[in-house]
Amino acid sequence: MATVKNIHTIPKGRTPMPEQAAAVRAHNFEEVARGFALADALREADRCLECKKPRCVAGCPVGINIPAFIGAIARQDFRQAYEILRQDNPLPAVCGRVCPQESQCEARCIVGVKGEPVSIGRLERFTADHAMAHSPAEVPAITPAGRRAAVIGSGPAGIACAADLARAGVEVTIFEALHMAGGVLKYGIPEFRLPKQIVDRELGLLQQMGVRIALNTVIGKLFTIPQLRQEKGFDAVFIGTGAGFPKFQGIPGENLNGVFSANEFLTRVNLMRGFRHPEYDTPVGMGRRVVVIGAGNTAMDCARCALRMGAEAVTVVYRRTQRESPARAEELHHAQEEGIEFQWLTNPVRIHGNGDGWVVGLECIRMALGESDASGRRAPVEQPGTDFQIPADTVIYALGTRSNPIIARSTPGLTVNQWGYIEVDQRTGMSSLPGVFAGGDIVTGAATVILALGAGRRAAGGMLDFLGLRPAGTLVETAASAGEP
Amino acid sequence: MATGYRIVAKEVYSAVTYMWEVEAPDVARAARPGHFLMVRMNEAGERIPLTVADFDRQRGTVTVVIQAVGKSTREMMRLEAGDTLLDFIGPLGEASHIQRRSKVVLVGGGLGVAPVYPQLRAYKELGSCTISVVGFRSRDLVFWEERFRRYSDELHVATDDGSYGFKGLVSQVLQQVLECQRDVEEIVAIGPLPMMRACCDVSRPFGVRTIVSLNSIMVDGTGMCGSCRVTVGGKLKFACVDGPDFDGHQVDFDELMLRQRRFRREEQASMARYEEVCRLTGEIPAIGPA
Repeated sequence: MATVKNIHTIPKGRTPMPEQAAAVRAHNFEEVARGFALADALREADRCLECKKPRCVAGCPVGINIPAFIGAIARQDFRQAYEILRQDNPLPAVCGRVCPQESQCEARCIVGVKGEPVSIGRLERFTADHAMAHSPAEVPAITPAGRRAAVIGSGPAGIACAADLARAGVEVTIFEALHMAGGVLKYGIPEFRLPKQIVDRELGLLQQMGVRIALNTVIGKLFTIPQLRQEKGFDAVFIGTGAGFPKFQGIPGENLNGVFSANEFLTRVNLMRGFRHPEYDTPVGMGRRVVVIGAGNTAMDCARCALRMGAEAVTVVYRRTQRESPARAEELHHAQEEGIEFQWLTNPVRIHGNGDGWVVGLECIRMALGESDASGRRAPVEQPGTDFQIPADTVIYALGTRSNPIIARSTPGLTVNQWGYIEVDQRTGMSSLPGVFAGGDIVTGAATVILALGAGRRAAGGMLDFLGLRPAGTLVETAASAGEP
Repeated sequence: MATGYRIVAKEVYSAVTYMWEVEAPDVARAARPGHFLMVRMNEAGERIPLTVADFDRQRGTVTVVIQAVGKSTREMMRLEAGDTLLDFIGPLGEASHIQRRSKVVLVGGGLGVAPVYPQLRAYKELGSCTISVVGFRSRDLVFWEERFRRYSDELHVATDDGSYGFKGLVSQVLQQVLECQRDVEEIVAIGPLPMMRACCDVSRPFGVRTIVSLNSIMVDGTGMCGSCRVTVGGKLKFACVDGPDFDGHQVDFDELMLRQRRFRREEQASMARYEEVCRLTGEIPAIGPA
């Protein structure tokens, strides 16, 4: 007798993700999570109740119709599932791997009330990977609209913006400062978490849609934004340059040899292929005992790269506890499995060096959580007399980033806030300069891939309005643009 | 889109010093004295920061002078006119703030002679009285003497071994110039770190503003990596976006000189491997030991 699927009839536990064993993967750069096989995906899709009033959708910054795409998987209509994803997310293969689902869609999944929530992210990844492997990507029919747009930066925000503009017939050129397109997806997130060929496939799709990608082009230096508008004939400009300017803490010893920003370490490893030195020329210059300061996703990436580069000991220090760590639960879990040591409630106070200017250790002090601060988190307070030293020859700062000043300095009239982030109209993404839009980390400060995608799409909508290519007032409203409840 | 950047001319100045004129019309149009570039030879190559030594907007070319100090710059020395570079990115950094000065001294040491040249020309074109001091290790390493003469009211050439011009260091010549000519308003000094530091030490008692150009270790050159950080006036600065020009009297040279040695071990290992490969394949390394 067939029973109606409900919260009591489905498996309580989620389908396990096939992964490389921790002891093996800690020494290679291959992807950690192998991805669902078909049977895994079908089993997991069957756990979705396909709620009539889905809570998960409201948790998605770009408002993907989650029950619909999972329903399509359950019916084994994978093409349909992929198309549903692509309607709202131009990079499902990327987001399925790097989104913090546990604090977004999956946090709200009703199945999670009685058991473990549906693995929405893993299903998203499965759908995207399956589509890429089994059906050649279809390039949508595009009618040229006779307008031109420049997109600055080829990271998530720029890709999302360019995709929407191209679909509407706008002739798009993406300007990328580095010698490689993809932004943080390439220089930041390591191969073992996001294989570069996935990013290249997505960029390839964009190019098939007619988007040009101009590498090695630093806007603000080679051409300025006023030049793009006036001399180069671009009708609108989108700034999606991210927030890639490293932050340090301001403690003594930060300029010692062996102290890196996370950006330097990761660009040496990922962008410059330092993990394949000497086949590739760029050295990484890492020592044997590595300490990473910070406990976000970037910190996990640094720690795990260091391990794979052959570090003997890798320690993460963070001034709050694991609960407050901004990293995805999966990254923390993977890092711990791989043997990375965590020193919670620990704050660096000084980096010690030897006479030749090289790091020999990090002096830290123990912290305790005190009263809640403005962010709602309990503020860490130093515990006097608890100083101790962690021996280290490499210290990596993963304390976040700030805005890069190049664009703001070279664009008269562009309004930025006190931290250098560009001020935009929340609805349209337009900056203080008519026709110049911005979105992603350069507006919000460092955030996530999916938020940057949402911002890129919103700005694309604003640009289409500005270019008169669609009736005003048809903007896509997403959870993020409407404001989180 | 990067289809490469063609080297239209090459000149070899010594066993370790060479010049490329590279076709890059957009870069040539945007370049100004003081800017630098990031250059990558091929897919496996490093991004190498090079200071703009000259640019010709009509020809659409940018000139760089390179010293073969490591594996990459030695390998690059193999490229000839007609060959292409994979990446040629710039102009980067803040251009020099060049104003008319009643009298300015431009000091170039070794390779630093090249990036001083466009500054000299710019000062002269603004009507400044220009005194140039260029120094090399020996006579056979001297380059661009005629270019300098064209824009200099006074030109001093120094060699370490005395084989040409003044025997001694450019900082010693600078000392003499400052002692004789009390109306020098500004000094620009570009070259190896010890030379720039020596020039700053000489000019400090005279109270003459001294601008140095810091070519510190970089990965991206656009403010992303922070590898080029330097302490100036007690503050953290990035040579790539805040510089490369800084007030030399404020620069912490001790720290910077230690930082420039960060990759010495890796560089030596790369060089040893390169020479071994050359030996095994029967190819002659691009150049012999310096």
